[in-house]
Amino acid sequence: MAGPAALVERNLVIYRHTWYLLLAEIFEPVLYLLSMGLGIGALVGHVPGLGDPSVGYVDFVAPALLATAAMNGAMNETTFNIYGKLRMLHTYDSILATPLRIRDVALGEVAWALLRGTAVTVVFGAGVAAFGLVHSLWALLILPGALLIAFAFAATGLAVVTYVRSWQDFQLIQLVMLPMFLFATTFYPLGVYARPVQIAVECLPLYQSIELIREPSLGVMDAGVGFAALYLLAFGSAALVVALRRLERTLVP
Amino acid sequence: MTTAATAQLDTLVARVPALREFGYWMRRYRRVWRGTVVMSVANPLLFLAAMGAGLGKLVDANHSGHLAGTPYLDFLAPGLLAASAMQNGFIEGAFPVFQSSRSRGNYPAAAATPMRPGDILAGHLLFVAFRVLLSGVLFLAVVVAFGVVGPARAALAAVPVLLTGTAFAAPLMAWAVTVDRQSRLNGLYRFVVMPLYMFSGTFFPIGQLPHWLRAVAACTPLYQGVALTRAVALGDARPGATAVHIGYLLALTAAGVWAARRAYVRRLNR
Repeated sequence: MAGPAALVERNLVIYRHTWYLLLAEIFEPVLYLLSMGLGIGALVGHVPGLGDPSVGYVDFVAPALLATAAMNGAMNETTFNIYGKLRMLHTYDSILATPLRIRDVALGEVAWALLRGTAVTVVFGAGVAAFGLVHSLWALLILPGALLIAFAFAATGLAVVTYVRSWQDFQLIQLVMLPMFLFATTFYPLGVYARPVQIAVECLPLYQSIELIREPSLGVMDAGVGFAALYLLAFGSAALVVALRRLERTLVP
Repeated sequence: MTTAATAQLDTLVARVPALREFGYWMRRYRRVWRGTVVMSVANPLLFLAAMGAGLGKLVDANHSGHLAGTPYLDFLAPGLLAASAMQNGFIEGAFPVFQSSRSRGNYPAAAATPMRPGDILAGHLLFVAFRVLLSGVLFLAVVVAFGVVGPARAALAAVPVLLTGTAFAAPLMAWAVTVDRQSRLNGLYRFVVMPLYMFSGTFFPIGQLPHWLRAVAACTPLYQGVALTRAVALGDARPGATAVHIGYLLALTAAGVWAARRAYVRRLNR
């Protein structure tokens, strides 16, 4: 693991001076949470479909926002930043002139995105806990859950970025990410949809990510959590394989 | 177009230099309009479907007194309309102005012709207004298709949309022309535009906010735009409040234009 570690170290050195950019990434979910808590929560009241009436709307939304933050933190890193390094700065061309190989670059970038996703999750999670929105010891599973989400989306981002032709193409990524964010039960439970739509939503990686965080933080542990974990592991691994093959072709030394 | 009409148009453009700048932006837009139209229709459609229809089911089932019987979709749609006018005003007023004003940008190029900074500003602002209005009209078409607002009220609602967009774009252009790093524009979006979006009555009535925050929210330009758009769309506008909203937005636009004129002159006449 020396190779990927060297790349992570390189990123640490570079980002040492811009760590405050992470704060911006945390700021947005906190805003959403405040807006939900102060405003929309009062409009919604009790969330139908959740057994325990003491669970308010904010308790319902907070885990989803946490999963989204982990996703965005990891995915932004492996799409925007890597596109710059891949096509604009030609960073990898220089890196590949050293003993590092393409596999080291790919694994290193995914590991780095994981670190970032985790940092965002820990800070946001601490905020959520400080609001008093954590009800169960199962909530400790949030951290490994967020790691898994970050892994799946970091690998996906790395695979996707090899297909990006110009900065305009990022709009296409947005065109997928925004509907997924809005429809993957972030703001309301699955029961709102008709059954065929429910099945489509259940296939979304963000839906599984939200399940992975929401169930334990509401104190529910069932087979769904295990399934979500397996799904994300498989999804991320498949994406990593694609990313490796594509990078091998793009970055021929 | 007939030759006579073309000739008339040519004389008009020759007399009003700002129209040349406007023409420049329109020619550019002719190449990229497809992508912007997709975004301006897809974005509101998605938010309306998810928040209005999906979340709306929960809100309407709850019968809370906050919305005074208005279905959530009807409440949300005009709010989102005004908020997207703000966002379009920001996107069109911030980044293109920042890029244009740098060396080798199209502002210095235009300033090297007989055009004055005021013309460059006026032409560009005209284009920004056009973009805000175009996106607003497309959004309104979606809202009409959802059956939230009738076509007549929707046509009337285009006015507050335009006002909200220019109230954001004009002051923004005054600032963006002086900015030296793009990260400042991104910072403004994250730390000013986003909070406005979340707390200016778009998603819930500001009456639900804590007392002190309510007063702050009422003073923001987005709240004024949202309140005006909502009153027009729902057809419950009161003359006094409407005059205040319109006056606020017009004053902000005018102050923005005044400041932008000064900033453009300082930047381009050096």
